[in-house]
Amino acid sequence: MRNSLQKTAQLGLLIVALFTFLGSDQDARFQSLGHKVMCVCSCNQVLLECNHVGCAYSDRMRGELASYVDRGDSDDLTLQALVQKYGPTVLIAPTTTGFNRVAWVMPYLVLVLGLTTVVLIARTWRTRPQIIPASGVGRASGAELERYREQARKDTQV
Amino acid sequence: MSQIGSFALLLALVLSAYSFLAGLVALTRKGRGAERLGETARRAGIAVFGMVFLAALVLVIAAFQDDFSIAYIFHHSNRDLPGAYKFATLWSGQEGSLLFWSLLLATYGLVLRLRYKTDSRLFAHASVIIAAVQVFFLLLLNFAAHPFAVMQGLPQDGNGLNPLLQYPEMVIHPPMLYLGYVGFTVPFAFALAALIMRYPGEKWIQITRRWSMVTWGFLTCGVFLGAHWAYSVLGWGGYWGWDPVENASLMPWLTGTAFLHSVMMQEKRGMLKTWNMWLIFATFLLSIFGTFLTRSGVVSSVHAFAQSSIGTWFIVFLTITFVVCLVFYVKNRSHLRSEHKLESLVSRESSFLFNNLLLLVACFTVLWGTLFPVLSEAVQGSKVTVGPPFFNRVNVPVALLLLLLTAVGPLLAWRKTSIESLKRNFLWPALGAIAIGAALIVVGIRPWKDMTYLYSLMTIMLSALVGFTVISEFIRGGRVIKGHTGQSLFASMVQLAHRNTRRYGGYIVHFGVIVIMIGFAGAAFNRDKEQEMGYGDKMSLGAYTLVCRSYTQEDKPNYSSEWAIIDVFKAGKQIDTLYPERRFYKASQQMATMVANRSTFKEDLYLVYEGLNQDTGRPIMKVHLNPLVMWIWVGVWIMIAGTVVALIPNAVPVRVTAPARIQAAPVGAGD
Repeated sequence: MRNSLQKTAQLGLLIVALFTFLGSDQDARFQSLGHKVMCVCSCNQVLLECNHVGCAYSDRMRGELASYVDRGDSDDLTLQALVQKYGPTVLIAPTTTGFNRVAWVMPYLVLVLGLTTVVLIARTWRTRPQIIPASGVGRASGAELERYREQARKDTQV
Repeated sequence: MSQIGSFALLLALVLSAYSFLAGLVALTRKGRGAERLGETARRAGIAVFGMVFLAALVLVIAAFQDDFSIAYIFHHSNRDLPGAYKFATLWSGQEGSLLFWSLLLATYGLVLRLRYKTDSRLFAHASVIIAAVQVFFLLLLNFAAHPFAVMQGLPQDGNGLNPLLQYPEMVIHPPMLYLGYVGFTVPFAFALAALIMRYPGEKWIQITRRWSMVTWGFLTCGVFLGAHWAYSVLGWGGYWGWDPVENASLMPWLTGTAFLHSVMMQEKRGMLKTWNMWLIFATFLLSIFGTFLTRSGVVSSVHAFAQSSIGTWFIVFLTITFVVCLVFYVKNRSHLRSEHKLESLVSRESSFLFNNLLLLVACFTVLWGTLFPVLSEAVQGSKVTVGPPFFNRVNVPVALLLLLLTAVGPLLAWRKTSIESLKRNFLWPALGAIAIGAALIVVGIRPWKDMTYLYSLMTIMLSALVGFTVISEFIRGGRVIKGHTGQSLFASMVQLAHRNTRRYGGYIVHFGVIVIMIGFAGAAFNRDKEQEMGYGDKMSLGAYTLVCRSYTQEDKPNYSSEWAIIDVFKAGKQIDTLYPERRFYKASQQMATMVANRSTFKEDLYLVYEGLNQDTGRPIMKVHLNPLVMWIWVGVWIMIAGTVVALIPNAVPVRVTAPARIQAAPVGAGD
């Protein structure tokens, strides 16, 4: 008797835990997906952040999203369903397929190209032979000395 | 009334066209006649200010007099609109804002033309360029976006100002932003003038240094006032949404920031002349491009003005400007040869180079992301949305690298720095930053759990690193002065800053930047909750418990409002009462939310009254808990303070004279 009570309690706990975790997982999925789509009421806001008073879309879209998540559709399937219904602008960022890949690649490409250019230019400048006075360094005085002092002041910002 | 305004605008166009043409002719000829012609061009330029000012004044008076025979006033004002917003009517619509732009340009032009004695020939060239820009805006105002168009019939009342714009900051945000946008015309004009003239030396940069900094300061204020307005009014709990209009203001700010850094290399070392020239060209072009984005309807934005045909005008103007810049660059590029070369990769020069590269990559990313929907439509036949995930993914790492450079840069000497000296100066700040990172992990930040937490932790650590290097720079310099003068360390640091205001003002700006970055880092830990709240209902988020005490209504001439009275409890003790509100603006028949925000250094408790649940009829409240947001606004004040310090003239440097017994040897004396 005691053993069966214990088993029932354990089963009950397991069910509660399962529902809790499944529920929280669905909540997390709803939150995550809701931040991957835009509200299409032209408010330019993320679906779950749209607080456009009297918005004719956000409530309906949230309901649809919740029903997809409850049904157990995968993330891809859910997003596809929303794209089918509202068009590609419903996704908050370009996909990583086809021409949309260009959107993601370009900034990094520009960064790499820029870095390479800067490093190459810097190396070219550094490897150029320095002009060395033919007969040693003379001691400066007067206006020339003042010019050097001014240059030193500018360089060191004292 | 409208006839006076129309006439003033037409006269302003004629005068600025004369200022441009007569100035141009005067510059291409020599002799007394040319001088006299140039002087008439300068005076015509000054008179443009009078005419544009008159036109703007007429529009403002019309707003205050509820003159709805003017279509612009009918569309953007109403009888019950409060006085401050009637004044703001001037820039709240397409035509008025273009008039305001023109007025600011005329004001900058006036100051420039009054100060022409500094270098009359350089100023004459710059004046002609500004007149050309002014001609464009006055053409727009006279023929494409006329602010004095009249209504058929006389309406009893106007449509009212957009409710989103009826917020105190909107009286100051657009002027600040426009002062920034328009202000970059002046350094642009000087840069192009210097290129056209093959102006010797870097004096033009010294002349425009203050213009550039003041303009950059205004743009900084404008950008952050916009962010604060979005945070306070739009009610979605954020301050930056990477909206095309926000992006439009950020792009010239990024290139302008790059220019303010790299121009120092030109001043001190005669390097990067071509780069700087194109940076300032790009900044000006991006300012105009931003205006084009906001007004053409090319990209959709919640902030944009109504779609119109003036986009074509902007494209033509941008193209002409770019071609003019390119032609003179190709013609006179030999004048922009660098005087020195980079001597070491570990030097102040190289840190500026990389800083510029990163700022431009960030700018490119913003531009690319803003325009990609248009490109996608052209290539794929369908638009896509480019939202925050795209911009954040690219720009957050870039911002972290920039922070690292901000920390390292001041420790590098011009020309070359030894690794040993870098290690010596970098050790303690780096250890301090690591200690802060470790403390944050102990407190509970788990960077391995989520990328945003990792970015947040890195942001705070790098900000600490910058902060420590800035403080160490002040202390090190202050100690040297203290050793010489015997003053207190604080007084010595003040004197240090006064000796080189630009450098130490710049450090204060950097300090402001890190305070802002810490504020941004807090966004990783934002939380929110939405719930129906009837009388006596409770809602808890974080350490706070909110209890709905009551709902109430009020009717005002301009709007009727409904607000909730929410008591805020923390640890069982009432600490505040908040009043989130919904307004219904009568003239425009539009609803708007007024956020209630309890802001502290630790976090903002941000409450939005979202409306009634259509099924249950019960009010819905949304509460956001946004950590560290106040740091952003405090950081902006520090940045402004730093900019002001950098604008103060240096104290006369103390000259150290050589001891009498050391004689300068004659030239060529050997050894």
